[in-house]
Amino acid sequence: MTRREPRVGLDLDEVIADRATGIVVCCGAGGVGKTTTAAALGLRAAEQGRTVVVLTIDPARRLAQSLGLEALDNTPRTVKGIDEVNGGSLDAMMLDMKQTFDEVVIAHSTPERAQAILDNPFYQSLSSSFSGTQEYMAMEKLGQLRAEDRWDLIIVDTPPSRSALDFLDAPKRLGSFLDGRFIRVLMGSAKTGGRAYLKVLGAGLGTMTAVLTRVLGAQVLKDLQAFIAALDTMFGGFRERADSTFQLLQARGTKFVVVAAPERDALREASYFVERLREERMPLAGLVLNRVHVTGAASLSAARAAAGAETLEEARKHPLATAILRLHAERMRMIEREQSLRRRFTAAHPRVAVVDVAAQPGDIHDLDGLRVVGAALAGR
Amino acid sequence: MVSPESDWEGVRLHVVTGKGGTGKTTVAAALALALAGEGRRTLLVEVENRQGIAQLFDAPPLPYEERKVAVGPAGGDVHALAVDPEEALLEYLDMFYRLGRAGRALRKIGAIDFATTIAPGMRDVLLTGKVYEAVRRTSRGRPVYDAVVLDAPPTGRIIRFLEVNAEVAGLARVGPIRGHADSIMALLRSPQTAVHLVSLLEEMPVQETVDALVGLVGARLPVGGIVVNAVRAPLLRQADLTAAARGGLDREAVAAGIAAAGVGVRPAAVDALIAEVAEHAERVALEKSERRTLKALGRPTYELPLLAEGVDLGGLYRLAEQLCRQGMA
Ligand SMILES: Nc1ncnc2c1ncn2[C@@H]1O[C@H](COP(=O)(O)OP(=O)(O)OP(=O)(O)O)[C@@H](O)[C@H]1O
Ligand SMILES: Nc1ncnc2c1ncn2[C@@H]1O[C@H](COP(=O)(O)OP(=O)(O)O)[C@@H](O)[C@H]1O
Ligand SMILES: [Mg+2]
Ligand SMILES: [Mg+2]
Repeated sequence: MTRREPRVGLDLDEVIADRATGIVVCCGAGGVGKTTTAAALGLRAAEQGRTVVVLTIDPARRLAQSLGLEALDNTPRTVKGIDEVNGGSLDAMMLDMKQTFDEVVIAHSTPERAQAILDNPFYQSLSSSFSGTQEYMAMEKLGQLRAEDRWDLIIVDTPPSRSALDFLDAPKRLGSFLDGRFIRVLMGSAKTGGRAYLKVLGAGLGTMTAVLTRVLGAQVLKDLQAFIAALDTMFGGFRERADSTFQLLQARGTKFVVVAAPERDALREASYFVERLREERMPLAGLVLNRVHVTGAASLSAARAAAGAETLEEARKHPLATAILRLHAERMRMIEREQSLRRRFTAAHPRVAVVDVAAQPGDIHDLDGLRVVGAALAGR
Repeated sequence: MVSPESDWEGVRLHVVTGKGGTGKTTVAAALALALAGEGRRTLLVEVENRQGIAQLFDAPPLPYEERKVAVGPAGGDVHALAVDPEEALLEYLDMFYRLGRAGRALRKIGAIDFATTIAPGMRDVLLTGKVYEAVRRTSRGRPVYDAVVLDAPPTGRIIRFLEVNAEVAGLARVGPIRGHADSIMALLRSPQTAVHLVSLLEEMPVQETVDALVGLVGARLPVGGIVVNAVRAPLLRQADLTAAARGGLDREAVAAGIAAAGVGVRPAAVDALIAEVAEHAERVALEKSERRTLKALGRPTYELPLLAEGVDLGGLYRLAEQLCRQGMA
């Protein structure tokens, strides 16, 4: 007799039906289906009666179009074509990282200072390519949406970073960069206020400035110092905001949904993420295993299908049936691989609820496609 | 093995990019093998701090040091290098300045950390600088490497990455850094460089390939070939695929064939198998349209098969052979 492993099923309908759930964060490695999951969940929640906004980061072009997101304009817009009988609504927006950063700058300084910052070449480079800016700005935007208080459920997609953890670490990294010693030294050589620091380091201010001037060039150093000086007034603001959004993520109304494809790398990322969430006391709803392969003919194993195909081949008969059996053998091998990866994950994390979403034959780029994924997310 | 005429004769630097996860590292490694013809030496470089090359070649993590990792199918040597940005920065500073203790102080106050992890532009300057140095290096008047293959950042970041030295040239108006930046840009824009794009036959990777190609052309960077990775071998004839997509397969004939195979399945399973074929047909049709989009870009295109068991060392050689046969190397 074989004992069946207990499977903890993830019921996302329960999560979105719970009025106490105010924020759902979809995270995972790149390309696994985070954006798709976020959009599908948002649509399902809206059609079940909630007032939802979905913050997407980098939707596939056709998906964006069918959500009515033609422009990257940082404004939530109402999605048309949803079923409103239950009284819900769906807004969607696409994050514009640079614009969000600009808004933070403008909100936290005087108009002249803000302009000086926006014009500075270092700001321009930092705001469009600092590793982690996108993550930071996604969090910032989440805070803003929340403060607007127009929606009772906010679903957040996360940036396509290499590692799912970047999402949690980046805001802090930006914060500590702005508070870092290097910045202080630069400030010091800009305002000669940093002498104490340099004494500690055993290097004179003059030496340090000379070194930086040699390495960077006088003009570059001047631009950099101007940038830092202008940002100085905002340090406090940046840190506070990073901290308060982090707390928002630990709040009771927040739920994390980790998305993974049934592949080794993606599941490894998912494992790290699950462990990290536990450490940070962030509430995990469960794992979405996206793009799994399924079959209606599970009783026909890969080995038997392949053997059957060979029999037909030798007999030189039924080429179509031969191909069909080969196709099925391939699919069964794939399913076996995926299931063994799934088992490995659940063995390591027996308490994490999991739901499977079948791989659709084509991409998902309209509301109907999202509804299919949404139903799968709810285990239907 | 190496065909006498490769499509990229004269190219010394092969930059391999593509959407994340499409197979950049795999294709770059296969290309480095393929280019290692008899008596030749290639260098495979990775810059993303991932130790992807070591994993692929089943080797311990690479130090910041060029190491021989394999012998190409035609007998040449493949070396590999995982560039460490911090080490590269110290090397770079040493090249231009004699900083001595001041250099160490920079590290102490976090300037090195700032430069390599926080300021992405600086990091890219160092990485491209290292690649440039490897391409240009000579020994007794001959280039040390016949070809350098770069496992580059993904399409979303590639143009910024390759153009970073033009940006530096804009910030540093004179001096040694300016001169260095100018020579790197000159190599990257020259016919000695080719930027290859890896794609899958899926919507988003193809879209990114199209966008990247437009961007590269706009930035005057030399576009190379398109590598369509992980292509499934066609199992069904076109006529059957068309019928399956329309739900018009002859169920009786299929059932008879499956009965003849002696696998003993119930009738319901036959319907399930037919449904699988219909799904497959739909995907093949999508792949066909993605392939058309890629073909329309008018670049030399190469196709690599999906290796069902994943890519091990043996698989890598298979992919390299395909690249040779199709003229990429
Ligand atoms: N032709 C192929 N057949 C089967 N599997 C493949 C093939 N090419 C790549 N893979 C697999 O796909 C996965 C991604 O490949 P790879 O790491 O080369 O992609 P990448 O573009 O470098 O990814 P990243 O953006 O994360 O650096 C790996 O597990 C690799 O083994
Ligand atoms: N279950 C699924 N079946 C088929 N295609 C899917 C599925 N989930 C996602 N996709 C497709 O995969 C691609 C990447 O999905 P996306 O949600 O943008 O990933 P991420 O946001 O994690 O990078 C999209 O083209 C999407 O349509
Ligand atoms: Mg996404
Ligand atoms: Mg890679």
